[in-house]
Amino acid sequence: MTAEAIAGDDGPILSVRGLVKHFPIGSGLSWRPETGVIRAVDDVSFDLRRGETLGLVGESGCGKSTVARTLLRLEEPTAGEAFFRGHDIFTAAEAELKEMRRRIQVIFQDPYASLNPRMRVADIIGEPWMIHPDIVPRAERPERVRALLESVGLRREHADRYPHEFSGGQRQRIGIARAMALNPQVLICDEPVSALDVSVQAQVVNLLEEIQERFGIAYIFIAHDLSVVRHMSHRVAVMYLGRIVEIGDEEQVYNRPRHPYTKALLSAEPTLDFSGAAKRQRIILEGEVPSPADPPSGCRFRNRCWKAQDICAGAAPALEDSSESGHRAACYFPEDTPG
Amino acid sequence: MTDAVTDAGAPLLEVTDLRVEFRTGREIVHAVNGAGFRVAAGETAAVLGESGSGKSVSAAAIMRLLQSPPAFVTGGEIRFKGEDVLTMPLNHWRRLCGQEIAMVFQDALASLNPVFSVGWQIAEQFRAHGQYAGGEAGERAVDLLARVGIPDPANRAKDYPHQFSGGMRQRVMIAMAIALGPDLLIADEPTTALDVTVQAQIMELLEDLREETGMAIVLITHDLGVVADVADQVSVMYAGRVVESGRVRDVLGHPAHPYTLALLDSVPQALGKGQKLRPIVGSPPDMARIPQGCAFHPRCRFATEKCRSEAPPPVAVAPGRFAECHHAEAVFNDR
Amino acid sequence: MSGDPNMAPMIGAATAEQEAIILRERLPWWRLLMRDRFALVAALWIFVLLLCFLFGPELFGKAANALNLRGRNLPPGSIEQGWMMILGSDALGRSMLARLIVASRNTLSVALTAVVLAMVFGGVLGLIAGYVGRGVGHVIMRFADIVQSFPSLLLAVVVLYVLEPRVGNLVIVLAITRLPVYLRVTRAEVLEIRERVFVDAARALGGSRFHILSRHIAPVVAPTLLTIMTVDFAIVMLAESGLSFLGIGIQPPEITWGLMVAQGRNYLNQAWWLAFLPGVAIMLATLSANVLSNWLRIVTDPVQRWRLETPRDSDD
Repeated sequence: MTAEAIAGDDGPILSVRGLVKHFPIGSGLSWRPETGVIRAVDDVSFDLRRGETLGLVGESGCGKSTVARTLLRLEEPTAGEAFFRGHDIFTAAEAELKEMRRRIQVIFQDPYASLNPRMRVADIIGEPWMIHPDIVPRAERPERVRALLESVGLRREHADRYPHEFSGGQRQRIGIARAMALNPQVLICDEPVSALDVSVQAQVVNLLEEIQERFGIAYIFIAHDLSVVRHMSHRVAVMYLGRIVEIGDEEQVYNRPRHPYTKALLSAEPTLDFSGAAKRQRIILEGEVPSPADPPSGCRFRNRCWKAQDICAGAAPALEDSSESGHRAACYFPEDTPG
Repeated sequence: MTDAVTDAGAPLLEVTDLRVEFRTGREIVHAVNGAGFRVAAGETAAVLGESGSGKSVSAAAIMRLLQSPPAFVTGGEIRFKGEDVLTMPLNHWRRLCGQEIAMVFQDALASLNPVFSVGWQIAEQFRAHGQYAGGEAGERAVDLLARVGIPDPANRAKDYPHQFSGGMRQRVMIAMAIALGPDLLIADEPTTALDVTVQAQIMELLEDLREETGMAIVLITHDLGVVADVADQVSVMYAGRVVESGRVRDVLGHPAHPYTLALLDSVPQALGKGQKLRPIVGSPPDMARIPQGCAFHPRCRFATEKCRSEAPPPVAVAPGRFAECHHAEAVFNDR
Repeated sequence: MSGDPNMAPMIGAATAEQEAIILRERLPWWRLLMRDRFALVAALWIFVLLLCFLFGPELFGKAANALNLRGRNLPPGSIEQGWMMILGSDALGRSMLARLIVASRNTLSVALTAVVLAMVFGGVLGLIAGYVGRGVGHVIMRFADIVQSFPSLLLAVVVLYVLEPRVGNLVIVLAITRLPVYLRVTRAEVLEIRERVFVDAARALGGSRFHILSRHIAPVVAPTLLTIMTVDFAIVMLAESGLSFLGIGIQPPEITWGLMVAQGRNYLNQAWWLAFLPGVAIMLATLSANVLSNWLRIVTDPVQRWRLETPRDSDD
C-alpha cells in the first residue's frame, strides 16, 4: 500500500517525503530579518499510486493548496523531497522540469480566473502544444482542439469564442481540456468543483471519473466538500494546519475515522438525512482554526480537541497504523474500534 | 404560488408574482419571472436555487436594495405583515428595515465598513433607530457580540472587520442584523464561503436565535444539505420562477418537479458507492433568452411537445405542495 | 488523448440549446467605430493628419515658404487674399495653413518616434523588472530613479548642447526622459498580473518566462501603455516646443508646431494666431489620439467589446 519502494513500474507514481513550506511574514524587500513565518505545510508525506485518486481534505488554511502548488513547483519548497516515477521533482533543472510538467498537470479552482480572458478557447486549449511543439504537428492542431472540446461535452463551434461567453461549469471543462492536451499521468485537481453550482459539479466530477477510467490518470483531488471527495477518491488524507492527521482508504476514513478532527469534520457535513439522527450526533467544535503563523505546540489540534491531555502539548504525534493496515492517524488517543 | 398554505393565518412575508428585469441598454435580462412564496412567523423558509435562478435578486427586491437603473421591478407584490413593501414611503421602509426585517449577506468582508470598528457598527444600529445612545449603545453592542459567540467581546468590539476570520465576521453581521430584534431575517448564502465546521456553528447559532426570539428566517442557498438540515419550508427556483414548494421533508424526500428530482440525483450524498453521479445535461439558460414554454424543458427527461410551447401552471400534488410542471403527477409517482 | 479525432465524447454531447452560451453578434471594427461618434470624429481627424504627414510638404511646401511682404500678419478669418490665407499669415506673410500642414510631418515624426521608443524600452525593462524581480529588478528601478531625478528639461539642454541639436539626438533625449513612466507603470502592472491564476496555469504547462511575458502579461499591460502614450504625445510635443524656444530643438528652416509656438510667443499681442493656431493643432492631435485610444482599448479587450455588441438568437 503505502510502500516506500523506489518507483519502478510497481511503485507509486508520485512520492512525497517530509514536505515543508514556510512563507516569511514581512516584506521580502526589507533588510530586517523575518518577523515570523507562516508554517503552511509542515512535514507532509504520502504516496500516490498509478490510476488512483488520493483525496486531500481539510479546511481553509490547512495547507492543501500549498501542497499542490509546491508539487507543481509554482512555489519552491522549504524542505522535503518529491519524486515522480523516481525523478526528483524539486531538484530538476529547467529542461527536465519542463518535461515533467507534461506529465503532471493541474486544474484550478476558479473557472473565471484560470483562463486568460483575452484568448480564444482554441488558443487556450492549444497553448500546451505551443509550449511543447513536438507533440502535435501544427497543421493538426485546430482539428484536435475541436475534438478535445467535444470530448468534454462542449461543441466544436465554441472554439472561436472567448471565456466570458461561457458559464462556470463550461469554463472548468475548458480547463480540463487544456490539462488533457498533454496526456498527463498525474492530474492535480485543486478544488475543481467548489466554485460551481451543485448540478454542474456532477458534470465535472463525472467527466473527471470518465477520464480516469479511460486513461488511467492518477489524481490528487483537493477539496473541502467531503461528499464529493468521498465519491471520487480511493484513498483520503485529512489535513489540519499544515499536517496530515489521518490517511487511509476512503472506506476506512469515512466509516471508521480515527482522528478526532476527522470525526468532527465528518459530523459537521450536512446530510440529506431527515431523521435528525445526524444532527443529534453532530460535534460542534469550539473556537476557530489557529493561525498558521503561531500553531499550538505538539499536536496542532489539541486546543479544540475534547480528548486533549498534557502529552498532546509535547512532541507532535506521528502517523501510526492501527490494526487496519494502511489506515493511519496522528493522535495519542485515536478512536480505535476494538478488534 | 398562492396554494402554498402554511399554518396560522396571514403570512409574515408574502411575495406574489414578482418580476424583475435588468435593462443593460443592449438587451433585457429577466432575472425574476413571476416568483412567489410565503413565510410564516417563526419558521425557516429556504429558497433553493443555483446561479442565475433569481433567488438573490428576489431577496434584494424584498429589501429594496435593487438599483434602478439597471434593475426594474416590473410586476408583482411584496407584502410584509400585510403592508406593500414596494410602494410604501421610504421613511416608513427605513423604520421597518433593521427593526422588523434585517438581512445578512454572503460576503461579510464586503458588507462591513472597513474603517469603523465592529462595536461601533453594531452600536450604529441602535443610534440610527433612536434606541439607546452613546455609551449604552456600546454596551448593548458588546452584549450582542457575546450572544453570537465571539470570545472576549469587550475587547473584540474595538477591532476592525479585517481582523476577524470569515466565521467571526459572519457572526458580527448576524449580531448587527438581530440587534433590534427583527421579526424576519433574510440570510443570503450566509455560509457559502465558510468551511464546513464553521458552517455548522453558524447554522446552529441561527437556529438558537430563532428559537429564542421567535423570528422567522428566509434562507437563500444552493446547498441542499443546509436546506435539509435547518429549513421547514423550501421553494425551489429555476430561471426566475419558483418551480416547486412545500415542506422540506416532502419536497426533498419526494420531489414532484423534474428539476428538483434531477438536482437531488446529482449530489454525491444521494448515491451509493460505485454509482455514477447523474448530472443535469447542459447548462442553465441565458436569462436574456429564456426558452419558450417551460424554462427547464431543454434539460428535462420528462419533456414533451407540450412543454416546449406552454408554460406549465402550478399543480397541487398534495396538500401544501405544488409544482409547476405538466408532468408533476408523473414525477411525483415515479419514485 | 491529446485530441485524437476518433475519440468519442466522454460525457453526453449536448445540443446547442442545452449548452447555451451567451451569444453576441461579432461586429467588424468599422461598425463599432460608426457607433461611437466621438471615436469616429477622432479617427477622421487622425486620417486628415496622416494625409498631411504623407503629402503635406510636397503639396504645400511652396506656399509655406512663399514670402508675401504685403500680406504680413494677416489675421485669420478672411479669404480676401486667397484661400491659403484663411488662417492668416505670419510675420513674413507666409500662409499659416500651409505652414501648419507642412510642420505636421516633423512634429508627428519626432513625437511619435520619441513616444514609441520610450514605450518599447520602458515597457521591456518594466516587464523584466516586474517579472524577474530581485537583483535585476532593483538595478533597473534604480536606473529609472536616476533618470527621473534629473529635471528633464535640464537633461535635454545638457545633452543637446554637448552633442549637436540634430533631430536624431532630440528624439533620443525626449525618449529617455519619458522612459521611466512606462517602466514604472509596466512593472506595477506586471507585479499584479503575475499573481493571476491563468499565469499559474501557463507556468504549470511548462511555459518559459518569455512565453508567459509575451503571451499573457504583455497583452494585458499594453492597453494601459497605449493610454499613457496618447497623453505623452502632447507632453513630448510641448517639450520639443520648449527646447526649440531655447534654440536647441528643431532648427529652422525645419519647422514643427512646437517651433511655431515658440516663434510666435514674441508676437502674442500683435498676432496672437501665430502661437495660438499651432497650439490648437497640438491639442487637436492629442485629443483625437486620446479618444481613439480609449475606443481601441475597448475594441481590443474581448470582454468589453462583447458588451458593445448586440445579442443574437443563434450561433454562426
